[in-house]
Amino acid sequence: MVNLSPGERSMLRQLPAELKALLAEPDDPGLRRLFPPAYSDDDEASAEYRRLMQSDLLEHHAAALDTLERTSYATELSPDEAQAWLSALNQLRLVLGTRLDVSEDDDPTTMESPEQQIYYYLGYLQEHVVDALGEA
Amino acid sequence: MPPASATTASTTTAPVETAKPDTTVAVDLDRPWKVIVWNDPINLMSYVAFVFRKLFGFSKEKANKLMLDVHLKGKAVVSSGPREKAELDVFRLHEHGLWATMEQDDMGT
Repeated sequence: MVNLSPGERSMLRQLPAELKALLAEPDDPGLRRLFPPAYSDDDEASAEYRRLMQSDLLEHHAAALDTLERTSYATELSPDEAQAWLSALNQLRLVLGTRLDVSEDDDPTTMESPEQQIYYYLGYLQEHVVDALGEA
Repeated sequence: MPPASATTASTTTAPVETAKPDTTVAVDLDRPWKVIVWNDPINLMSYVAFVFRKLFGFSKEKANKLMLDVHLKGKAVVSSGPREKAELDVFRLHEHGLWATMEQDDMGT
């Protein structure tokens, strides 16, 4: 069961489209957390991995964002759809969190900019989806 | 030149001695790879534990322990094995937005 206000749903429809537009430039530094290096200490192997796997990763990320966009007004989610929400919410948080340069010491109650509020809202929502899927 | 002929000589006269370097090379090539998940300030602790359970079939307890290792110690080894398996695990972790890398295990660990 998904119990969200129209305002929340409207945002959940809009944000995936914005991130998908950014995914057109996957090498943008703002997206680095979506495409991490694969090797701890081998830049060459990491570049090769990226060359081979980036399109698969991109496809996976975009599919999850599509599902969130498509089901943003759904009242019930299938397990697969809930999993896609989790992935999409996490991507949005990774990109927003990178942009906001968040740290573990940040105090949510002092976060005032709209982007900060969205970031913390998405975390709150993600926590609920984790709970729902974890119990399943 | 002298070292090469010495090696050749030892293969014929003292097979036990050549077995040693051969074994070392084989062990080196087969040295397992380990997959490490690094701490980051964005991924939720509950989400990280959830992903560990989902991808690796860990119990809640094991997933939580590894998640806490990531959070408190900065990293945790979540899987190990041949290079292909490690690369697949890294990819699956990247699909889930976790900061995972792989490296070859140090000798003797």
